[in-house]
Amino acid sequence: MPEQRVVDADYLLLEAPRERKFITGAQAMAEAVKRANVDIAIAYPITPQSEVMHLVGDIWAQGYLKDYYRAEEEYGAMSAIAGAVRGGARAFSATSGPGLLRGLEAIASWPGHRIPAVLGVLTRVVNAPLSIQPDNVEIAYLLHSGVVVLHAENQQDVFDFTLASFVISEKVDVYIPIAVCTEGFFVTHAKGYVNMTPEDMKLPPRDPYKAPVPPTDCEIPPARIQRDAPVQKSNFMSYLIHAVWQQEVWSSNIRAMKYIYKYLGGPIEVVNPEAEVFVVASGCAAAQGREAVRYAQLEGLNVGLVKVKSIRPFPEKEIRQALSRAKAVIVPEHNIVGWLAKEVKAAIPNSDIVVGGPRVYGGMTLPVELIMEKIYNALGIKKEKKVVV
Amino acid sequence: MPMEVLPGPAGYIPTPAAFEGVELPPPGKALLYGKIVDEGTAMREAAKAMLTRRNPTIFPGPLVLWGWNAGAMEKAKAVLELAMEIPNCRIIPMPDYRPKYPKIDPEAEINPNHPNLTILHNKIEACIFVGVHCHYANLSLRMIRAGTNCFTIALCAEMGHEDAMVSLRDQHAEEIRRFKDVLVQVREELGIKWEPKLPPENPSLPKEEYQTLSVLDYGEYSYLLIPRRGEQVTESE
Repeated sequence: MPEQRVVDADYLLLEAPRERKFITGAQAMAEAVKRANVDIAIAYPITPQSEVMHLVGDIWAQGYLKDYYRAEEEYGAMSAIAGAVRGGARAFSATSGPGLLRGLEAIASWPGHRIPAVLGVLTRVVNAPLSIQPDNVEIAYLLHSGVVVLHAENQQDVFDFTLASFVISEKVDVYIPIAVCTEGFFVTHAKGYVNMTPEDMKLPPRDPYKAPVPPTDCEIPPARIQRDAPVQKSNFMSYLIHAVWQQEVWSSNIRAMKYIYKYLGGPIEVVNPEAEVFVVASGCAAAQGREAVRYAQLEGLNVGLVKVKSIRPFPEKEIRQALSRAKAVIVPEHNIVGWLAKEVKAAIPNSDIVVGGPRVYGGMTLPVELIMEKIYNALGIKKEKKVVV
Repeated sequence: MPMEVLPGPAGYIPTPAAFEGVELPPPGKALLYGKIVDEGTAMREAAKAMLTRRNPTIFPGPLVLWGWNAGAMEKAKAVLELAMEIPNCRIIPMPDYRPKYPKIDPEAEINPNHPNLTILHNKIEACIFVGVHCHYANLSLRMIRAGTNCFTIALCAEMGHEDAMVSLRDQHAEEIRRFKDVLVQVREELGIKWEPKLPPENPSLPKEEYQTLSVLDYGEYSYLLIPRRGEQVTESE
């Protein structure tokens, strides 16, 4: 491995020279981990939806990480992360689908314990029926856990979001975990061009003393398995402390927004802001939405794109502003429940202009033609459907 | 338009200022009632509150109480110097974050899970949080705003707190001494006569007798200090 020197986080993320590589999304995530000065990676080897944790195992073997721990199952993996991070380590893991759901109870406790960890979520369907195909319904379960949720469109996003997440999550006013989601297979197994920071530079190590809660070394008395005694006494005060504690998790989530602006250029990207019809999408669907905008432009139609990078904190204000003049809003998604459409509807005053779809799931791809159909409908354009024999 | 963060009582369940658009100040600035202002302006308003409101109290937290590094010790000294300049100021520590069940003594210490009890019990109408880890400061400040009329001031070593009426960021010994100078100046402007003196002893804290200290005084943690029956400790790290 090349000797890595520690450089300032702002320099690495915003100024350092970049080298262009043609790699898969899984490789992009591992490359980000390589540059993030991670202490420990913790994994449970679920039926591989992606090779992220295998690649991270490789870079551990090369000496980029201090430790690699294979947990007994997902709940154990997510609990081990909490222990490692409380002990002062910078930790990373990746999971997907049923694995994410099995670890979800532990994951949902991370923000309350102020655990700054980074979790890759390489989405796949939730069983049953058994499948390992891409589908991002699991993001719906993450949305209310308190975790910051970013949704990457492509390999470049995967690299940028993952590397920036280590920096953002450890800001003292944030200090909660960040999930970097992207579609399994479509992004993790496909190659794309990624501009990467130099291999011989890495982030400064984590400083556990710069934290909103006391660091615990887990050994020296008073030893405390749980930082705070359970707040479950049956009286008003205990309920109130739990209430303000939850508020603190979500306040921290909101505070992450300014760093999303700083390091990721904002929570949304708007293409053709003057459009009358907008495609609003996140993750892989944003790539197809981008294609739909290109198709529409070729046909002389005034269509724009709002790509949502940050699902939590949800950029309500930004979306409301971007869609203030829209006549129709089309929300294509890779899941059956339509979690993004619901979020967008809740964010704008005239929610009846939102078209919840097209939606594909179970591992199906999202053809641009499906989005175009919705665009034609919104613009009142009739297109004949042909059967090619 | 961000909310105005004013002394409470805000009511049954307080809305966090962060939910209402209040953002933490950039370096060199401060928060006053939820708005970003110059540090000097916020310091003057904080000083005025500590000088004119009833029962001003400083709540030092573990980051100044535990003396875990030279900076913390110097900061603790600065806090004491500040307390000496505030007429009839008291110090009620927050030495640990564990809730004290079945009962806390609100005169002896402030419990972040019950901060408003301490405020109400002592009729405190102006207070300073210093050396409290941000998470616990935020919880306490919000609960105090919910149920009391106390004017809260946060002297934060990090980025500040949206739920305090005055929030100063990056506060270490030097900055606390600067705040003390501002406070003395405001005090003179207000014509308040005061000779610097130490705050009164905390009447509820038991006197520490190290000569008679026993393992049993460590309560639930005593097992960490004494070997189990039959256990022979031959070496330790």
